Amino acid sequence: MKYYVSKDSAAVSVGAAETAAALDRVAPDATLVRTGSRGLYWLEPLVEVEQDGHRIGFGPLASSEVESVVTAIQAGTSSAHPRYVGDIDELLRSQGQRRLTFARCGVIDPTDWDDFVAHGGSAGLRMALEQDGQTIVDAVKTSGLRGRGGAGFPTGIKWQTVHDTPSTPKYVVCNADEGDSGTYADRMMMEGDPLTLLEGMTIAAVAVGATRGYIYLRSEYPDAERTLKRAIEVAHEVGMLGDDILGSGRAFDVELRMGAGAYICGEETSLLESLEGKRGVVRFKPPLPAVQGFLGQPTMINNVITLCSVPAIMAQGAEHYASFGINKSRGTLTVQLCGNVARPGLYEMPFGVTLDHVINSLGGGARSGRPVRAVQVGGPLGAYLPQAYLDTPLGYEEMAEKKSMIGHGGVVVFDDTVDMAQQARFAMEFCDLESCGKCTPCRVGSVRAQEVIDRIVADDDRAGNLDLLRELCDTMINGSLCAHGGMAPFPVLSALNHFSEDFGTREPAEVQ
Amino acid sequence: MTNESIDAEAAVRQICAAYADRQGPLLPILHAIQKSAGHVSDAAIEVIADELNLSRAEVFGVVTFYHDFHRKPHATHVLKVCRAEACQAVGGREVWSAASTVEARGDVGVEAVYCLGNCACAPSVQLDGRTLGRMDAARVTALLVSGGTGVPT
Ligand SMILES: Cc1cc2nc3c(=O)[nH]c(=O)nc-3n(C[C@H](O)[C@H](O)[C@H](O)COP(=O)(O)O)c2cc1C
Ligand code: SF4
Ligand code: FES
Repeated sequence: MKYYVSKDSAAVSVGAAETAAALDRVAPDATLVRTGSRGLYWLEPLVEVEQDGHRIGFGPLASSEVESVVTAIQAGTSSAHPRYVGDIDELLRSQGQRRLTFARCGVIDPTDWDDFVAHGGSAGLRMALEQDGQTIVDAVKTSGLRGRGGAGFPTGIKWQTVHDTPSTPKYVVCNADEGDSGTYADRMMMEGDPLTLLEGMTIAAVAVGATRGYIYLRSEYPDAERTLKRAIEVAHEVGMLGDDILGSGRAFDVELRMGAGAYICGEETSLLESLEGKRGVVRFKPPLPAVQGFLGQPTMINNVITLCSVPAIMAQGAEHYASFGINKSRGTLTVQLCGNVARPGLYEMPFGVTLDHVINSLGGGARSGRPVRAVQVGGPLGAYLPQAYLDTPLGYEEMAEKKSMIGHGGVVVFDDTVDMAQQARFAMEFCDLESCGKCTPCRVGSVRAQEVIDRIVADDDRAGNLDLLRELCDTMINGSLCAHGGMAPFPVLSALNHFSEDFGTREPAEVQ
Repeated sequence: MTNESIDAEAAVRQICAAYADRQGPLLPILHAIQKSAGHVSDAAIEVIADELNLSRAEVFGVVTFYHDFHRKPHATHVLKVCRAEACQAVGGREVWSAASTVEARGDVGVEAVYCLGNCACAPSVQLDGRTLGRMDAARVTALLVSGGTGVPT
């Protein structure tokens, strides 16, 4: 018998280690593989058992329930067990998931090279190694891949710039700072399939002619740190990194660097400053990092999921990737559904599904059973959307039209107990706390905005202060160097526009 | 100079030397020093500046920029409590207010953090690097009262 239990830190945070230990006790002769997470977090701790080539799941399974599952499996009465979920791959399919990027996450032992290769790992890199840089860049362009770190910039175009900049050495930097609240796809990938990240970075290096890579990882992710360290060792042992990548004669190496708890270091130029050992203060652009980045050299900087999407694009073809999605949003979006929702988790979906479908059909609505009132998409700088906007398809331009954004794909659901004035204040508090300090509208404006919101809530010259708040937002939008100060007003303005009753300007809606 | 401070200085110089061949070695050095000494003292800042050929003000500026680095000795255990949106949506504010007001918390320092990437199993806290999910006010209080030793289920 072969069992699988996740060692993903979120699964472990709700008892997966205890469940795995119980399994070891109850079924000592069985093989137990510790994997990453499937992203079906409402079912964690999830136990899977291999039967006739299928993986049958049970969850959420507390350690005290493990014995009953093992007994049921032995008696052939699995499907009658109250925690029986059925075939996990079938479940993912029935949700409409297309696991292109997350194909192996939750399936394999994260740092087992043979398992990785047996499930298609390294195929993309092997193909890339037979092509010249321009051909790889062209494939990335054809795939339509856009940066998953937030800005949605076409990845192929950025790769082209680094490719065309003659100066050497060149660097590949992976942005693993994942600071946006409500997002965890990077973490899942680094804990669950880190070799794919190294493969993606190596393909990027081959494409643009880089010889050295860095992963800048936030310090809040100690599990990812351990797994990545191990993955880098494994990649060296098997020759995917080092002086002779898979026998190609090319050299590329990756070093893991830890951040130090500054959100702004997710912004690419601040990240580069930090990597150079300085305060994480945002740089003026130009020069673009692609031309003059790390230590003044051409630097390809991409998000974890962007880089992890590349191996599948190379292996399965750029056209295949581009065949998913809508309009200018091609391929899949890794929706990270969380907040007050019944079935929170990672849903890798072709672009174009609506928020309503994700939140209500897949997510099962609010976990509290109350009505969904507000949804924040794209992290702390993302707008709060009301019910009426939930028919918006998830696509870069489609969301922008609603003054919202995809960002890194986080979708945070709030029920009708949310106080939107409090959420608006929090947005400014966070902006203040994490400002790099370079520009006044961001550094000082965010402090002023909190005071103004406090006065609005206290009904102290409400009309005057509401005007003042909008003015402050305007100044921040127009006078900030980066999106931290430039977009922090978006959650605030959306709260004012869609939920003005929470600012005392309208009679509050009856709470059912 | 006391023997102790000479030892401390030697340790800092040793750490600096270990990272000498890195590009932009300051953050890795600060992490290593904090890991071994628990904090980055003013004396350590001076030694690092000397080793890396930077001004004291430059190193000081970096140490104070990042939330992770402490200039004074810190509690033995650190409990990070997530105050960000996904946790707020499911009771994170209550977890934070419980954690930040518990009196008997032994040698556990409580810190705010903004997302632990554990949003799908929120509310989240992290005790000495171990993330705990589906937290509530009662459990976080129990955790602190136990001095960070008893991980509640
Ligand atoms: C305030 C701020 C925070 C950011 N945080 C992150 C982050 O945590 N992770 C990330 O990948 N990109 C983040 N970005 C976006 C990066 O600046 C950059 O666009 C990205 O790393 C480029 O990679 P991509 O094209 O693959 O998305 C942030 C941007 C801003 C303005
Ligand atoms: S907007 Fe804020 S975070 Fe961005 S550069 Fe200006 S001060 Fe720094
Ligand atoms: S918002 Fe709390 S863990 Fe992400």
